[in-house]
Amino acid sequence: MPTTRTDRLDIRSSDDVVKVRQQTRTMAVEAGLSLVDQTKIITAASELARNTLDYGGGGEICLEVIHDGSRRGLRLTFEDRGPGIADLAQAMRDGFTTGSGLGLGLGGAKRLSNEFSIESKLGIGTKVTIARWKA
Amino acid sequence: MDRIPILKLGHALLVTIQVDMHDRLATALEEDLTSKIVAVGAKGVLIDISALEIVDSFMGRMLDNIAAVSRILDAETVVVGMRPAVAITLVELGLSLSGVKTALNVERGMALIQSRLEEFNADDED
Repeated sequence: MPTTRTDRLDIRSSDDVVKVRQQTRTMAVEAGLSLVDQTKIITAASELARNTLDYGGGGEICLEVIHDGSRRGLRLTFEDRGPGIADLAQAMRDGFTTGSGLGLGLGGAKRLSNEFSIESKLGIGTKVTIARWKA
Repeated sequence: MDRIPILKLGHALLVTIQVDMHDRLATALEEDLTSKIVAVGAKGVLIDISALEIVDSFMGRMLDNIAAVSRILDAETVVVGMRPAVAITLVELGLSLSGVKTALNVERGMALIQSRLEEFNADDED
């Protein structure tokens, strides 16, 4: 799938989570997403960036404005080299958390995206990819 | 560290969130508000979030916590000015903010707090 712009940011602190939100917003506008769709993907990005920081011990995000024929969208990939997730089905469930949050991050991010995929290996790390297409 | 200013208006506290909050700032606001409610004997807290482009689960939980703590301290929290896109997103995220009173704008939120203050004053005169 062709990409017109790619950006990478480190996620090492809660200030970086704010930067992820800002950069997601800039590129969501570039991808032509509506205001509601922008808000959804920025919120999803905020949840996933915080997961990368809190559970993955930090990592990075790759932001891509993507094209598929005449469709445009934004794809975000979050990667960490943290402990990995032992039970993905459990981690996806609303209300489940191993930390102190509400346990809405993964499930919520999935609901706010058009595409969602997650790969995780114990001791290796976790990679979450989401995409939102222009409606 | 940065702090979000808290204004005192009679028996109410007014907070206008104008920056994209990082998590520590949100946590600091929760703590500052709690001590200020007690210090000034506030009966109402008005939080204006009209400048916020998103509310994620962390910020949502902060608003819920502030509302719960202020209720225990006999103050009512009203969150005002939520953008329509933020409301749609919050519900889809799975947060309904059921413990938080909301109003469309500062004026209506203030009216809610004012009516509570009047009740409180009327009780005082009895």
